Amino acid sequence: MLVDSPPEQSADRTAAASAPEPGGRHALRAAGLLLAVAVLILVCVASIAIGAKPVPVADVWHGLFQNTGTGNDVVIRDVRVPRTVLGLLVGVALGLSGAVMQALTRNPLAEPGLLGVNAGAAAAVVTAISFLGVTSISEYVWFALLGAGVVSVAVYVLGGSRGATPVRLALAGTAATAALFGYVNAVQLLDSAALDRLRFWTVGSLASADPATIGKVTPFIAAGVVLALLIARPLNAMEMGEDTARALGAHVNRTRVLAMVAVTLLCGAATAACGPIVFIGLMVPHLVRAVTGPDMRWILPYAAVLSPVLLLGSDVVGRMVARPSELQVGVVTAFIGGPVFIHLVRRKRMAQL
Amino acid sequence: MKAVKAIRTPGGLSVRVDPRAALAVLLLLAAALAAAVVLVGSGDFPMAPGEVVATLLGDGTAAQEFIVRDVRLPRVLVALLVGAALAVGGALFQSISRNPLGSPDVLGFAQGSSVGALTVIVLFGGDAFATAGGAMAGGLATGAAVYLLAWKRGVHGYRLVLVGIGIAAMLTGAIHYLVTKADLVDATRAVTWMTGSLDGLDWSQFWPLLAVCAVLIPLSLAYGRPLRMLEMGDDAAYALGIRVERTRAVLMGSAVLLTAVATAAAGPIVFVALSAPQLARRLTRSPGPNVAASAVLGAALLVVADWVATSAFGDRRLPVGVVTGVLGGVYLLWLLVTERKAGRI
Repeated sequence: MLVDSPPEQSADRTAAASAPEPGGRHALRAAGLLLAVAVLILVCVASIAIGAKPVPVADVWHGLFQNTGTGNDVVIRDVRVPRTVLGLLVGVALGLSGAVMQALTRNPLAEPGLLGVNAGAAAAVVTAISFLGVTSISEYVWFALLGAGVVSVAVYVLGGSRGATPVRLALAGTAATAALFGYVNAVQLLDSAALDRLRFWTVGSLASADPATIGKVTPFIAAGVVLALLIARPLNAMEMGEDTARALGAHVNRTRVLAMVAVTLLCGAATAACGPIVFIGLMVPHLVRAVTGPDMRWILPYAAVLSPVLLLGSDVVGRMVARPSELQVGVVTAFIGGPVFIHLVRRKRMAQL
Repeated sequence: MKAVKAIRTPGGLSVRVDPRAALAVLLLLAAALAAAVVLVGSGDFPMAPGEVVATLLGDGTAAQEFIVRDVRLPRVLVALLVGAALAVGGALFQSISRNPLGSPDVLGFAQGSSVGALTVIVLFGGDAFATAGGAMAGGLATGAAVYLLAWKRGVHGYRLVLVGIGIAAMLTGAIHYLVTKADLVDATRAVTWMTGSLDGLDWSQFWPLLAVCAVLIPLSLAYGRPLRMLEMGDDAAYALGIRVERTRAVLMGSAVLLTAVATAAAGPIVFVALSAPQLARRLTRSPGPNVAASAVLGAALLVVADWVATSAFGDRRLPVGVVTGVLGGVYLLWLLVTERKAGRI
């Protein structure tokens, strides 16, 4: 349950979880999901067509399906498509991990970027690059997973487990982020080669997408997605509070562990692939909840479809506003997400914290 | 109960003195000065503390005179003032937000100053003076933005902190972007500046800093009592005859200015603003903002941290912000654990 949702909604939710719903609402939600998929396809086409070199939609088609090696075909096949695919993967990962975290911690401000999970992955990757001589993503994805896992457990234990308030969780995340980025800065100062490599990675960008990266992170993200979807039902129960969840027969501890594993897989792989990106996992679940209501079985699929829409959309905007160079997607999402976060904080219920 | 003595002059003035707090301030002042003497004496041309004092009093050789007067003394004096300014800024913010975490480093001022400074370094290739100006402007703009966005029939504790976190996240995005725009030389300079460093400081940084501190630290001391009442909550403070919003605006203003001017001089040095007021409170065991004790403690902390950063890693002289940053993260986590045990968050 969200901290800021009025109490009568939880009773409504209990009813929604147990009693069969009128078929009309199901059909409506399914139609909405189809519409979201259609929007996602449009954004994907835009992501392939728009860039430093604009490509007409007809040529996009040509490049995708009748590759004959023209200039546009090469741009599409080697640059735009990998970038779009990576954006899809990372978007799904960030959106689902945000939704799972918000449900698990019953906290509207929970988000892997704000809770320091990305910073944990970043610190581990920096260590790998600077001290262990690791250079390729296929090696440092393991470090990113390790860092994300350690920090997500630490922040959850410090600020998130029983009786959490949004404030404490956000502060635990801020503390972890401050300490870890302090460490990242120190390493970068001692090793200017690492600085040169890392400053592009720490901003959060899809520009370095290539098939090898995609191949490496896909299995982790796929496993995380499956896991997240599997625990949708117990997460519904968890949102009513741990005692209620137990009474309803949910395995609270097992769900908690599985959720942490899912978040770690999703965030670790996404951060390894394109650096820390904040706020996607915060914004999309909030938006989705307004459409679908509180049922995780609908929130998760919606978040999985709409998060890449936001991420790829931000990426396209970043390519359009700063031509001929580009604004990294992490910057764009920070500037879209910051105001949303502040709006959430200013809402009536949050103000009483 | 605490033994608080009131000293009354024949003219009717009275000053309340807490002996424990006064003793703590004196001891901390002595510690800060001793650390400063040690720091002046350390470096490639080491000097014993006795020699340093003798040189300061005018009895040194020409070489010692040069090293102390022109090279090391300005650095150490700036360190003392920056530490004091950051700590007082932190003490004021923490009292106003009624929250041990409501410090400029958490509220996004450091990031605001960094964006200002980086804009100057990266986009305009400005010198140190222009960088300081950019940092001031960035810090002040961020302070105003956080205050206005957190405003909703008054500014209350956690909303201020959370709005600050949101703003900080946005500004961090801008910082990373500016670092990618720079060439490697500027990027190194930018990252060094963002870490907080006392290297290359001379008398030209000292005087403006001294001027601001000489006005604002006494002002903050004078407002200590209304601020202590403000800590009891707005309603109680109104009832005691405090002009709540005016007091808060004046003190927010001085806190923002102190933080900005310190950041302009040495970069966003984290941890001092956050920890010095809390440590001071524990040493003096007195409620309220403890402005005087925070100031001397902050000065001592920064000088000691600089000494560690410049001498503890062999021939690698790290910027002082690396030491305070790592300590700060650990301290923040510890604070979170104790605050949670005490049930305050």
